[in-house]
Amino acid sequence: MKDKIAEKLLLFIAFSAIFSLLLITFFIFQQGIPLIFKIGLGNFFSTHWAPTRGHFGILSMIIGSLMVTTGALVVGIPFGLACAIFLAEFSSPVVQKTLKPIIELLAGIPSVVYGFIGIVILVPFIREHFGGPGFSVLAASIILGVMILPTIVSISYDALMAVPNTYREGSYAVGATKWQTVRMLLMPAARSGIVAGIILGMGRAIGETMAVIMIAGNALKIPHSILDSVRTLTSTLALELGYATGDHRAALFACGSFLFLIIILLNIIAIKITGRK
Amino acid sequence: MTFRIGPRTNQIIAYSILLLMTLITVVVLFFIIGYVFKNGVGQLSLEFLTDKTRNMGKEGGIFPSILGTFFVTIFAIVIATPLGIGSAVYLVEYTRGGLIHRIISFGADCLAGVPSIIYGLFGFIFFVITLNLGWSIISGGLTLAVMIIPTIIRTTEEAIKAVPHSYREISYSLGGGKLDTILKVVLPTSLPGILTGVILGIGRAVGETAAVIFTAGSSLGIPTSAFSSTRTLAVHFYILAREGISMPKAYGTATVLIIIILLVNFIAYRLMHRFMERYY
Repeated sequence: MKDKIAEKLLLFIAFSAIFSLLLITFFIFQQGIPLIFKIGLGNFFSTHWAPTRGHFGILSMIIGSLMVTTGALVVGIPFGLACAIFLAEFSSPVVQKTLKPIIELLAGIPSVVYGFIGIVILVPFIREHFGGPGFSVLAASIILGVMILPTIVSISYDALMAVPNTYREGSYAVGATKWQTVRMLLMPAARSGIVAGIILGMGRAIGETMAVIMIAGNALKIPHSILDSVRTLTSTLALELGYATGDHRAALFACGSFLFLIIILLNIIAIKITGRK
Repeated sequence: MTFRIGPRTNQIIAYSILLLMTLITVVVLFFIIGYVFKNGVGQLSLEFLTDKTRNMGKEGGIFPSILGTFFVTIFAIVIATPLGIGSAVYLVEYTRGGLIHRIISFGADCLAGVPSIIYGLFGFIFFVITLNLGWSIISGGLTLAVMIIPTIIRTTEEAIKAVPHSYREISYSLGGGKLDTILKVVLPTSLPGILTGVILGIGRAVGETAAVIFTAGSSLGIPTSAFSSTRTLAVHFYILAREGISMPKAYGTATVLIIIILLVNFIAYRLMHRFMERYY
């Protein structure tokens, strides 16, 4: 009897995560989607964003988000993979035990701290050495690249460690070097995990807000070079939610719905790839 | 004859590049922490930690923000912990595989990937507006609770899975029911692992900005009730830095924030480590 009640209660509790997810989906869509129907997709996907005057185009922000995310991947993937491979294949257990928590610590540093470092070091550096305002696609890409490192490292590392040791032994037995083994055997075997890590890192980069607001400059135009200022979907949400009302607020939620859809899609792809139950 | 790099040389080159890139990553991490500390440690004093914030943060200390962070985080943990642990217990002890398991797991995985600004939007429209809780500790705490549930579920799940099966069998053989076994055997054994998840949740909550700024607000007063608006340390730091109110105070606040995060991560790591040594 006691066991039966406990099981029912636990089942109820266990649905809290999926219930929260549905609640989030419902409220964000319910606030945003009606506006998209009202103004039409043409207006919504234009480049003209003047929400207080009836223009709700988010295209330049979509392009902005795409640019900084691509930039973040260009920085994050090589370093992330290098760390994962080095940790998994080229380091002793002692080094592994020290380095892994250190890299995981990167994930714990609050995003505002990254943004701050961007403001005080990276932005002035870019302004002085490369020109432009400093607040730029480049600055945002570098900072985001560092921020997504831990995600890429830890998931790729797990994927590499999951490759059975017999693969390595077989490879060494036929005289392959460690690097040949990594490149020709382990990387292909761990490919799906590595791709999943990259996709989750991509999700983090698209969704990151505070660090990007602080260093991307937030100008409402499509950037022509990586030294130009840029505004992402997330920055628009965070910059304007505080004072938006009426259709303007609805437009922010419509923008949020779009962002949410992309993130969920990326998550689903990553979950499918890793084949986690 | 074309010049060809032998596999041995290739191995050395690859190793050097990997080592170099890993070192750069580690150096970047230490640089970030070191740079903030170098500029911020001088700001730390008892007054800074216990004084009211004056003149929008140009003067005074960060006491209201420390209180705000504390209350919002406690609120989030108190709500998320039972939900997270309950979910994990159900996942491991009651469903192995099957549709329900997949649905719950999917929910947790997706929730973990949702960016904090989306939690901010949701918390704002649901807790602040729809439930009419206003910009308050409650709204901020509830929003953060939803955000850290997946962290607690995942860590607890791993911890419970690590409890050897024989423990459960012994309990059953002594006539223990399922619930008794969970409460008296499984949960106590996996406690350090579960605590790790809770502590990591605390870390996420303390460092969060986007999700709390639109739910807990940014009031600088000392909170008087759960319905008071408050400004957490991370939000305070963000406002100081972005609006250029006071760089010294910003460094000071960032130092406090990083010390808390380092401490939290260190404790979580030690606990997990001890737990793993015992059961793996």
